Amino acid sequence: MITRMTHSTVYVLDQDSAFDFYTNKLGFKVVTDVPMGNDGRWLTVAPPQMPELEMVLAPVTRSMFSKEVSETLKDLVKKGTFGVAVLTCDDIYATYEELKAKGVEFTKAPTKEFYGTEAIFKDDSGNWYSLAQLK
Amino acid sequence: MKGQPYPRMYLYRRLVQAKLFIDTHYAEPIDLGAIADEAFFSKFHFIKQFKSIYRQTPHQYLISLRIEKARLLLKAGLPVSDVCYRVGFESLPSFSGLFKRMTGMTPSAYLAEQQDLKAQIAAAPLTYIPGCFAHKNGWLKK
Repeated sequence: MITRMTHSTVYVLDQDSAFDFYTNKLGFKVVTDVPMGNDGRWLTVAPPQMPELEMVLAPVTRSMFSKEVSETLKDLVKKGTFGVAVLTCDDIYATYEELKAKGVEFTKAPTKEFYGTEAIFKDDSGNWYSLAQLK
Repeated sequence: MKGQPYPRMYLYRRLVQAKLFIDTHYAEPIDLGAIADEAFFSKFHFIKQFKSIYRQTPHQYLISLRIEKARLLLKAGLPVSDVCYRVGFESLPSFSGLFKRMTGMTPSAYLAEQQDLKAQIAAAPLTYIPGCFAHKNGWLKK
């Protein structure tokens, strides 16, 4: 029986820039940061109140892909193809104003939906997230 | 993208600006009364509104922010006394006491723990990476 989820992957265009975005703008915490020499860096972050879910900030150029796959993935990420997650907050208007003040780009302002109030923003690579204050 | 106005929008903006001011100036002596004035609130109203959004008073938020910043500096290996003053505390005993109350460890114990962890990661990095990911990245070949 599957019980929990511990890791999920977010493909990013630039790991250093993603580090800055997720920690300094979104306020995520670094869970694991392991330098792997020239072969890269294992970097995971987590939402402040959910340290047990590690989001792997994986560069699209990582050596696990062929050059062709890497280029395709890079293109898809840039175009905003991937919706990564729904992030919840206690007060969506305060969170929205704070993230906007920090330069986060929103594609949907807080809007009342049948499940709560939702906004949509993009990370520094192009991945999009739903920001929600659930009912 | 231009958002639609929403209820109490200007109140939210003033409170968020006040919070961001604390986020930027946490290491300095902060006069919360002056922040309230700047945001056009009475001190009482400011504390009440801030708490209704952030579930902490501005003072509690400032202290928790300083402790969080202190954790990051200790993690980076800075000495406890440097960290204390760098994050805005004026007395080492009060910093140590608050740090212990909020994290369960003294700053020096936390510093030692983090440096020990760093040494362990350097000695055996793969212990901290799920095997499947390490394999896919070619890190197991070494």
